[in-house]
Amino acid sequence: MKHQTWKAFATVIALAAILMLGACHKKAAPPPPPPPPSVAAPTASISVSPDTIAQGQSATLTWQTSNATDVSIDGIGAVQPSGTQQVTPTDSITYHLVAKGSGGTQEASTRLTVTLPQGEVAPPPSSTEEDLFGHNVKDIYFDYDRYDIRSDQQAAIQADMLFLNQHPNINFTIEGHCDNRGSTEYNLALGDQRASSVKNALTTAGINPNRIKTISYGKEKPFCLEDNEGCWRQNRRGHFVYQK
Amino acid sequence: MDETHRPVPHSTIGARLLGVLSLLTLLASVFPSTSFAQDWVRTGSGLGVEKVRLAVPDFKPSNSDPQNDALLKAFNDTFWNDLDNSGVVELVSKSFYPLQVPGQPPEVTFGVWNSPPPNAAMLAFGNLGVAAGKLTVQGWLYDVKNTASPEVLGKQYTDVATSDAARLIAHKFADEIIFRLGGGIPGITESKIYFVSDHSGNKEIWVMDYDGSNQRQLTHLGSVSLSPRISPDGTRLAFSSLTKAGWDILMFSLDLNRLVSFPRFGGTNISPAWSPDGTRLALSSSRGGNPQIYVCDVSGGNIHRMTANKGPDVGPVWNRKTGAQIAFVSGDSGLPQVYTIEADGTNQQRMTDQGYAVSPSWSPNGQFLTLAWIRKYGPGEPGSSDIYLMDIASKQWVQLTHDGGRNDYPSWAPDGRHIVFQSSRSGKEEIWMMLADGTKLHQLTFAGRNTQPNWSWK
Repeated sequence: MKHQTWKAFATVIALAAILMLGACHKKAAPPPPPPPPSVAAPTASISVSPDTIAQGQSATLTWQTSNATDVSIDGIGAVQPSGTQQVTPTDSITYHLVAKGSGGTQEASTRLTVTLPQGEVAPPPSSTEEDLFGHNVKDIYFDYDRYDIRSDQQAAIQADMLFLNQHPNINFTIEGHCDNRGSTEYNLALGDQRASSVKNALTTAGINPNRIKTISYGKEKPFCLEDNEGCWRQNRRGHFVYQK
Repeated sequence: MDETHRPVPHSTIGARLLGVLSLLTLLASVFPSTSFAQDWVRTGSGLGVEKVRLAVPDFKPSNSDPQNDALLKAFNDTFWNDLDNSGVVELVSKSFYPLQVPGQPPEVTFGVWNSPPPNAAMLAFGNLGVAAGKLTVQGWLYDVKNTASPEVLGKQYTDVATSDAARLIAHKFADEIIFRLGGGIPGITESKIYFVSDHSGNKEIWVMDYDGSNQRQLTHLGSVSLSPRISPDGTRLAFSSLTKAGWDILMFSLDLNRLVSFPRFGGTNISPAWSPDGTRLALSSSRGGNPQIYVCDVSGGNIHRMTANKGPDVGPVWNRKTGAQIAFVSGDSGLPQVYTIEADGTNQQRMTDQGYAVSPSWSPNGQFLTLAWIRKYGPGEPGSSDIYLMDIASKQWVQLTHDGGRNDYPSWAPDGRHIVFQSSRSGKEEIWMMLADGTKLHQLTFAGRNTQPNWSWK
């Protein structure tokens, strides 16, 4: 999420630079109309306390915005410009706030980690290897247009390595997926690199590459079909599929 | 049009391009209107500020065969659309026509056509009739201001009595008129557009006439097939498809109407592109690690890597005039940008300066790229993806679409004056066509989702 904020900041700087330089550059296109001077850009912040809870406990989400007319949090919906709310998620979750105003859009995120009671993933006695795989191997999520494994996914990939090392007979496919915003061909190439990134992380940790197939689905087989960041985020992933 | 063959310093080409286009697309014009004198981009917009006023009354039946009505409808609709799409003429509205329209030369009354309300300079008219199972069409183009010697064209066509044949005759006669009135512009009415459609349930490769008629499914693979690219001679179609082994390039023979063999390369293999001499293919392959541009023979042999970037490289297209460069998309510096590289792998040049730039298509005259570009890209809220035209020598650009939706996959017509592309502006992805200055925009497909159009080379 740090990356996103930085990118927003960089874009504002870049836009300002373009506006200033516009007059002596690109004579063909009129410079974009300058934003009305009186409209201030919205600001937004969000935090959760505590930031780690055990499953079943609750935490308090607090957010503040200014200069925003339309404020929403993924998974909660439209909210007051500033406020607090008790949340009791069953899984770790990133709360993503979008504040829109006439001066633009600002986003902020905070992450709440939910720890599972020890032994929670112990499977029912009759479960098969495929069930075990499904319960234990977690998909790896990516930032927009990125194929490097971000820091908040390290725990998931460590858990995947542990399980896959303990079950050396399981072969599997890593599917690279992208959200539906980009172009078809570029997304297929990007999905290929996401699948390769996950594969490389596993083989570096000692998993036999012969157990792993990779395939890119680009934006051809999305998990979630809506046109919003909550959904796009679900679609940017390396998805594990058990291979019979 | 002899002027167009005169060599021009490179530095003025972009200026002229922008001068011609920006005025007509109501962008700020910084160049004097004298730039209209020459038509470098040949969009049709620069053929003269005053387009020829052409009156096109419906062709009349030449006999009383019962088939005539249906064939006349097919002919008249197609003929009018072809002339309108060309951008070469200004069609005089039918509401200005007299009640009695001519079907043959003796029936032409010059005075009612060459003065207001029609005030036409040219008149295209004729007749159609079926006799003994054969369809015969007679057509004329008259210069109605020149009453002493009015005939510019007089043609007769005979074919089987089907509506397909009637449409084909309309295309041929329209092309003759466009060639004469456009100063030698090659017609495109018999060209084809290949595209991806999910109309039958899966994404398959389809083909249609340039005006959206005659849509026909070519592949029946039941998988996901993408990126159709027709060979320069029109006999083979390369595309990418999700097979059991992954994404592979497949080759379809239009002569045999079936797939022909093409080797597997391993990894993800997508976005094939034909060299203009038809002897080589460029493609994106991850056979050696991350997706890069490779070049191979049309048989798939002799494959070798062309680019060495760290981000994914995809979507190559050859310089269509010389075959000496390849444009492609790379995520090497973050968001995808359009680059060019010499066909020997040297001299990689970044063409786009910002945003999200994909899907380059090289113009037939070799001077321009058209591409899909989200210039104003911001976190979480990307701007619109629009079609742009870029002068390669100067990297100056003009935005061609402004009307919303996601616009992608532009492809040049063989006349270098039209562009076909996909757009979601109607609510779902469909194929649209326009002149290369952004005018004469119209939708070609309506059923299902239709994407990635690729215009035939001739």
